[in-house]
Amino acid sequence: MATSLESSPTMTNDILIFAEQRNDKLHPAALQIVTPAKALAAKTGGQVVACVIGDTVDAAVGAIDRAGVQAIVTVRDAALANYSALRYRTALAAVIAKRQPRVVLLPATFMGRDLAPRVAARTQAGLATDVVELKIGEDGALDVRRPVYNGKAFCHVAFPKDRLAIASVRPNTFPAASGPGGAPRENLPYAATPGDERINIQEVARAGGEIKDVTEADVIVSGGRALKNEDNFRLLFELAKELDAAVGASRAACDAGYQPHSRQVGLTGKTVTPVLYIACGISGAIQHLAGMRGSKVIVAINTDKEAPIFKLADYGIVGDLFKVVPALTAEVRRLKG
Amino acid sequence: MKVLVIVRQVPDSTTNIKIRPDKQDIDRAGVKMVVNPFDEFAIEQAVQLREKRQDVTGVTALIVGPAAAGEALRTALAVGCDDGLHLQDPAFDALDELQLAALIATVVKGGGYDLILIGKQEIDLDSGQLGPALAELLDLPHVGAVVKFELAADGKSFVARRRIEGAEEVVQVNLPALVTADKGLCEMRYPSLPNLMKAKKKPVKVMKAADVPGWPAIAGHLGGTKLHTFQPPPERPPGKLLDGEPDQAAKELVRLLREEAKVI
Ligand SMILES: Cc1cc2nc3c(=O)[nH]c(=O)nc-3n(C[C@H](O)[C@H](O)[C@H](O)COP(=O)(O)OP(=O)(O)OC[C@H]3O[C@@H](n4cnc5c(N)ncnc54)[C@H](O)[C@@H]3O)c2cc1C
Ligand SMILES: Nc1ncnc2c1ncn2[C@@H]1O[C@H](COP(=O)(O)O)[C@@H](O)[C@H]1O
Repeated sequence: MATSLESSPTMTNDILIFAEQRNDKLHPAALQIVTPAKALAAKTGGQVVACVIGDTVDAAVGAIDRAGVQAIVTVRDAALANYSALRYRTALAAVIAKRQPRVVLLPATFMGRDLAPRVAARTQAGLATDVVELKIGEDGALDVRRPVYNGKAFCHVAFPKDRLAIASVRPNTFPAASGPGGAPRENLPYAATPGDERINIQEVARAGGEIKDVTEADVIVSGGRALKNEDNFRLLFELAKELDAAVGASRAACDAGYQPHSRQVGLTGKTVTPVLYIACGISGAIQHLAGMRGSKVIVAINTDKEAPIFKLADYGIVGDLFKVVPALTAEVRRLKG
Repeated sequence: MKVLVIVRQVPDSTTNIKIRPDKQDIDRAGVKMVVNPFDEFAIEQAVQLREKRQDVTGVTALIVGPAAAGEALRTALAVGCDDGLHLQDPAFDALDELQLAALIATVVKGGGYDLILIGKQEIDLDSGQLGPALAELLDLPHVGAVVKFELAADGKSFVARRRIEGAEEVVQVNLPALVTADKGLCEMRYPSLPNLMKAKKKPVKVMKAADVPGWPAIAGHLGGTKLHTFQPPPERPPGKLLDGEPDQAAKELVRLLREEAKVI
């Protein structure tokens, strides 16, 4: 049964999702946020509307269509080829003004987390970051759950009833949605706000070349101080290659120069939520756990059976990573044939 | 050129988080409060600009919070900020991040700040909303998660490197602007004891709700989310420790990851 939630005269019951793309490649998290959007729409009685912002976006539009959204709004313009917080907030706010959704969901990626607060301030909405559960509460307003204190607790966030509700959703929390496709499409022109051109992107430099970033990978092989030098990280890269994984590192390893800070996982590094996290020679300091405790399955390899990482690990091997990691690589390789 | 740094006070990252019996907040008794680590990077960047550049004439540190938050402000002053602005009123405690942004925007508007620096996010609520929202309300461009910052020789623009998934963006922006600091920008120096003593003599202006033009209407038209029902993280089932020779343990681990956990 649909709950009627009309509060502002123009507000619809629709759920708008921001389908993030770069270079016409849809971010995998965009397919995932359609899943909670459908559940919310079932409750409000509205539609799931996807918004794609960029220049050339045909492939991204096709991909989000196959997630089973009910309408797609694009804002296409050469000026939107690269992400700019100012231009994208103008475009997304214009889509919100046109479609009047009740709820807007974005992936809690670098782009989504950067964009959502600007859009929320501009549209005078309420906002919650990095949410893992969403529901329409008894009063008809959005209520979400999210990790706080670096995952050491969770809390709920209740939205005010009469306002647009915006939430960014933690990647890898929901399964990717699928559906029949063939959603109606609409394009809105990009009407620049004066001053939108103030952010001038000079260069987008891929870090680490061919290697996946920790925030994009389903599997992460991570190394700590125990690796002793940059050269030894080769062992982790070899295992990562077999598992199609990214390589991460502890702060101790990054501060010692074994790996760049762009690979640091933790409180002051990146927060990751992969399906599998393999910690090699990492003690499991609270600040490291802050960045990876949301991983689905955690493996620890450490010589010290008292290392705190074993308290969190689903599987542990008490042993020398210099022997265990090559054995793992060989075994994965053998099974792949 | 005037620089503003926004500082927040958060529980130390090693704090053992306990939830209050009524579940409406964490138990704050005896929790050690520190300067938010990401704000430390912002403070250090501001102070380095002040020291290296003739044209940077002042760095103001701003904090919103109870009297005890003055300690974080003093740390910022001891590191080298010139003066402090402390927004201190029980009425501010209930604001969410967007409303805090509206409060700060009202207070600093017209203050002539060319550059606003703030940490990428706070390590307590991890929301990362304040920087971009403040920029929006002040109609400033912002560059988020900056790992390198270089002010142009003429002091009119800067080039920043910011982190995104798998890549770094190089961005050029004219001042005035807002920058949020990420790990790698710079590590905050340790404030020395003499500097901590000197910091006590630096001017700190305290503002109450009554001193804020338009209060409370300015916070009434956006945000308004409420945190409730705090819970501990879900228990993880006890893990399995695999014994034996490395070869055997590795074989068994791969088998479990495929057949039991089904993740590879
Ligand atoms: C404000 C703040 C923010 C921080 N942010 C972060 C952050 O973002 N990320 C982060 O990681 N840390 C962070 N830290 C640092 C953190 O406290 C730890 O110092 C760091 O995580 C330790 O890294 P490590 O586990 O690699 O090193 P160690 O703690 O030295 O652990 C090395 C481990 O390797 C094991 N070992 C040694 N040899 C072998 C071998 N041959 N085979 C297998 N195991 C072996 C040892 O038993 C030990 O457990 C932060 C600290 C502070 C104060
Ligand atoms: N829990 C902690 N609290 C305060 N300082 C710490 C903590 N853990 C590590 N440090 C310090 O942070 C710096 C980097 O630590 P590490 O990452 O272990 O190299 C060193 O100066 C450590 O002494």
